[in-house]
Amino acid sequence: MDSKKELAKSFSNKIDDKCPKDGLKALHVCGTHEQSILKHGLRSIIPGRLELKMGPGCPVCVTPAKEIDEAIWLAENDVTIATFGDMLRVPGTDKSLFDARSKGHDVRMVYSIEEAIKISNEVDEVVFFGIGFETTAPSNAAAVLNGLPNNFSILTSHRLIPPAMEALLNIEGVDFDGFIAPGHVSTIIGTKSYNVFSQKYGMPVVVSGFEALDILYALLKLTEQVDANTSKVENAYERAVNEEGNPKALEMLDKVFKTIDADWRGIGTIPGSGLEIKDEYSRYDARVKYDIDIEDSRDIHPGCMCHLILTARGKPTDCSLFAKECTPQDPRGPCMVSREGECNIWYKYGGKDRESKD
Amino acid sequence: MCIAVPGKVVEIDGNEATVEFEGVERTVRIDFLDDVEVGDYVLNHVGQAIQVLPEEEAEERLKLFREYLDSYEEAAEQK
Repeated sequence: MDSKKELAKSFSNKIDDKCPKDGLKALHVCGTHEQSILKHGLRSIIPGRLELKMGPGCPVCVTPAKEIDEAIWLAENDVTIATFGDMLRVPGTDKSLFDARSKGHDVRMVYSIEEAIKISNEVDEVVFFGIGFETTAPSNAAAVLNGLPNNFSILTSHRLIPPAMEALLNIEGVDFDGFIAPGHVSTIIGTKSYNVFSQKYGMPVVVSGFEALDILYALLKLTEQVDANTSKVENAYERAVNEEGNPKALEMLDKVFKTIDADWRGIGTIPGSGLEIKDEYSRYDARVKYDIDIEDSRDIHPGCMCHLILTARGKPTDCSLFAKECTPQDPRGPCMVSREGECNIWYKYGGKDRESKD
Repeated sequence: MCIAVPGKVVEIDGNEATVEFEGVERTVRIDFLDDVEVGDYVLNHVGQAIQVLPEEEAEERLKLFREYLDSYEEAAEQK
């Protein structure tokens, strides 16, 4: 039986054998993939001419300042805000939910919407600031369909991955040859959701798991496709992903949410990339329930390169603030705040494995 | 954010299951799964089980990777 190390070496050799001599750029859109890539030093064991880029794969990072400002406004108007931990420190226009909490407003960290619902027994009004991609949104749909307390509502900030992948194909200066698609998003939406990329754009797509060997396996499949000049959707995470996705989760999403055009921090408006609670459940929509009144918002602060990093047009080390004025302890931009932000991950796992070997 | 953790179902009560994660038991909702049974492995994300996983031994997966890599050797030899 091979050890993982021996298998990784074999994958590396095969990738080197198949990778075009003039190079290959693979783009993934998942913070958990980036964590695994750096944690295991994968860029240091693949050939230097295979460039691994990260796109907008961090829901915390792409949440626009306007929506964080809305959550802060609610907190400042005596509503209890419950949300995932990473959302507390992401800067809005000029402050964060953490700043609101430090001024005495009731902002709480939870691990699930179920935990947030329990808070409704303790306080007058609670709003769950619900962010996340297709993996996370169904949990909120299920909670709505199961019925929620009258003093509970959701400030939705969900985003959909395939429209963002499509947007990247139309942004000037974004350069790549194939997608590594996110495994857990794909568990919900199925591999069929990526057919548009292979069929309309001639872009290969390989769905990947999260262990080091899973990612190397996906990279080999992608390299093989580019080498053979083919473009199809392949599943390299078969133990968790199928073609159709999770039909019950998709049905619940469809019952509760409608698709809307949505803003992504650093990218702008992407058509059909967001979710809004349908009218029949609007009593649970915090934007309907409260007359939220916020000023103009600002997404990217001076000097911050998050807008280029989120669109794979720059690396954290290209930014003059990275690891100097901007650190996880004192972040200037969203990519340094979240554990899934590219700057945060690069800061954490610094050193030679951050970039491809020569 | 999209991180999901596998665990073993030890009890089912309606739309909720008790799932064991390396010795720690937590309650997880199973709204999205039709045929989940005690003993199944499920993939869990923010308090919801999103998929039933096959009971796949880690060694079995390494074997599959090796077979895949060997298929390259065979294809190369046939060229």
